Amino acid sequence: MPRWGMVIDLDKCVACQGCSVACRFENNTPAVNPGEAVKGRAIRWNDVFQIPVDPAENTGVYPNVTTRYISRPCMHCENPACIKVCPVQATYKDEEGLVRVNYQRCIGCRLCTVACPYGVRYFNWYAPQWEGSLAEHLNPDRIEGAGDLEGPSIRPKGVVEKCTFCLQRLKKAHAQADAEKRSFRADEYIPACVQTCPGKARFFGDLDNPSSSVSQLQKSERAFLLLEEAGTRPQVIYLREG
Amino acid sequence: MLKADPQDKARLLDPIYALPGKRFWLAAAILLGIIGWGAIMYFRQLFYGLGETGMDRPVYWGIYMVNFVFLIGVSMSGTLISAALQLTRAEWRRPITRIAESLTVFGLLVASLQLLFDIGHPDRLANIIIYGRLQSPLLWDANSLTIYILTSIFALYLQLLPDIALLRDNLPANAQGWQKFLYTRLSLGWKGNLTQWKRLEKAINTVSVLIIPIGVSLHTITSWVFSTTLQPGWKSTILGPYFVVGAIFSGIGMLFMVMTLVSQVLHLEKYIEEKHYHLLGWLFIVMSALWFYFTYTENLTLAAEQESLEFPVLASKLWGDFALSFWGMVALMVIASFIMVVPKLLPSGIQKIFIFRPQFSAASAGTAAVLGAIILFPKLTPFQADLSFPKTTTLAWVLVGLLLLSAGLSISFWLKRHVAATSVIAGACVVFGMWLERWNIIIPTITQPRLIPYLNYQPTIVEISLTVSSLAVLGLLFLIFFKLFPAVSIWEVNEGRVIDSAQSRIEIPAPKPIQTRSLRARGYKR
Repeated sequence: MPRWGMVIDLDKCVACQGCSVACRFENNTPAVNPGEAVKGRAIRWNDVFQIPVDPAENTGVYPNVTTRYISRPCMHCENPACIKVCPVQATYKDEEGLVRVNYQRCIGCRLCTVACPYGVRYFNWYAPQWEGSLAEHLNPDRIEGAGDLEGPSIRPKGVVEKCTFCLQRLKKAHAQADAEKRSFRADEYIPACVQTCPGKARFFGDLDNPSSSVSQLQKSERAFLLLEEAGTRPQVIYLREG
Repeated sequence: MLKADPQDKARLLDPIYALPGKRFWLAAAILLGIIGWGAIMYFRQLFYGLGETGMDRPVYWGIYMVNFVFLIGVSMSGTLISAALQLTRAEWRRPITRIAESLTVFGLLVASLQLLFDIGHPDRLANIIIYGRLQSPLLWDANSLTIYILTSIFALYLQLLPDIALLRDNLPANAQGWQKFLYTRLSLGWKGNLTQWKRLEKAINTVSVLIIPIGVSLHTITSWVFSTTLQPGWKSTILGPYFVVGAIFSGIGMLFMVMTLVSQVLHLEKYIEEKHYHLLGWLFIVMSALWFYFTYTENLTLAAEQESLEFPVLASKLWGDFALSFWGMVALMVIASFIMVVPKLLPSGIQKIFIFRPQFSAASAGTAAVLGAIILFPKLTPFQADLSFPKTTTLAWVLVGLLLLSAGLSISFWLKRHVAATSVIAGACVVFGMWLERWNIIIPTITQPRLIPYLNYQPTIVEISLTVSSLAVLGLLFLIFFKLFPAVSIWEVNEGRVIDSAQSRIEIPAPKPIQTRSLRARGYKR
């Protein structure tokens, strides 16, 4: 069973936000109006933002600026803070190491959004809406079963959602392998953000396989974990600039 | 047939038998109006989504969570007054146990209402039971809250039982059918024989022992919802006891207000006397000392270590966006403690000194207000501008402080003579101060997580309406409950009278000569 992980090389990242856009269309995250966006209610499963995040902090004057950008999907931590606090087991970790959310079971208490130190979890303040032709081009993929609603399926209002590492793609790849009556290979699936990245800054694969690109790259001396001190052991590894 | 004492009957039973009067309907209509408005707002929120509130990212929890923590804190009063005082056999508790216990039950019911407001899918609440996850602090909280509500309803009912039987047996001839039905059914065939009394006493003692750990656990677990997360400012080991102390503190404050209101409206001055305010006041002072101790410890450690994530949270309280709510809280608590402590310290002869008069206090407070306004508001004349260099401003602030202190001292003698009024003022200060304290614990931390940009929070009309309506629900519950059942526990007061009269007959023997001699040898005269 693979243990999925991602490596993001900040040296190659140009902060174009292509990953954010690809994610939005792959996973049907709704756009919000500007008034809502000011309240921070925009949903970006893969967010690209400045470090440090506090706008009041002094980041220098051009050309001597210290601002950096970081692209942040869900860390799919090995020791996730969000799972432990969910009172209804709506968020859980599957056997391939992905942290998943069942929208059908979530009661919307938002303790996981408060508990996650990375802020990857988003709440549906209103029912999602798409304007004009956007509504006609939603991703038709759905992950739905008895009492389960996950992945890019349209979320109802009042539940929490987050990056799934494009779970629907993984399911499809598994189904493909099953149909062809062969075993599934870890290189048959990548999330949309990795596929779209124009700088090829993102790598995806099986962290348990020592010859995979992510396993090789995580040994790099530039490798670091976001908020390592939080003890969550994220499975998204960053490569430092320079 | 159980007979009520004639004076109790006139004061406590007859108003219950009488049909609701104009005042009752007026109060009920006002409260129902507020609740109706709240219901409209709630359905709006339910229909459109929680986006109707002012909550945002990162402020995923707002005023509903503040209300929840506050209200379960207020409900701690019943546990303390009735259970703790019952177990320690504090005789003075008797007339106020009923009010305290009903405050517990209604406070908890309204608190659980806040959770319903707060969650995105109230229709899925049963998932907590069906799919509950043992590690989640919210599951512990839901469990503890349910157990606490059930236990406190049970405790209230046990204490009510003999009184319901009394109500049943003293029904006037013209009583309504529903009254007969209600009291007959609820009294469970209570006859007041020895076996029943023995069982009741045993049951009340057992529940009193049980309810204390349950109450403490609920407040501790509510603090764990915060302190088990990784958020800066919440990761505190003392948050549990801090919540418990704050809960008892605000509970006593609320009790002061409710018992005064009830005794004023129902004319129970004969039962709820100055003595009760005085003795509860001592508990209040102890809790205020503990509260100051915990607040100081909690903030001092953050201030001293200056950790890069936690210190900004404290700084935002001390001089940032939350300075008003933080210093407002401190000021209210200082005022509450001052007016409870200082009048107790003053000797009664002090009124001869002319400054200990309300007029002098008003004069000092007025001067302080004028001086404060001069410092704070824009300088109107060049002369004022000339005077406003830092040293003068500091001096003026010191003067404002001294004037306020002298205002407080001068009013103290008046406060000493009006114990009930003092307690209500102190109670109101603490209730509002504790609400602000919950705000100061939740909101400053939640606005400053690690990787989400800072964003402040402003409650919307929906949230404010629901908060006000929740208080209206609390008021309505009290209104209906005290219309149906006596606000003072009749049997407990009677029991107290019996004990009092029995004790007055006991003669304390004079010390024996041999004992007096041994005392004299140690230097005691006579």
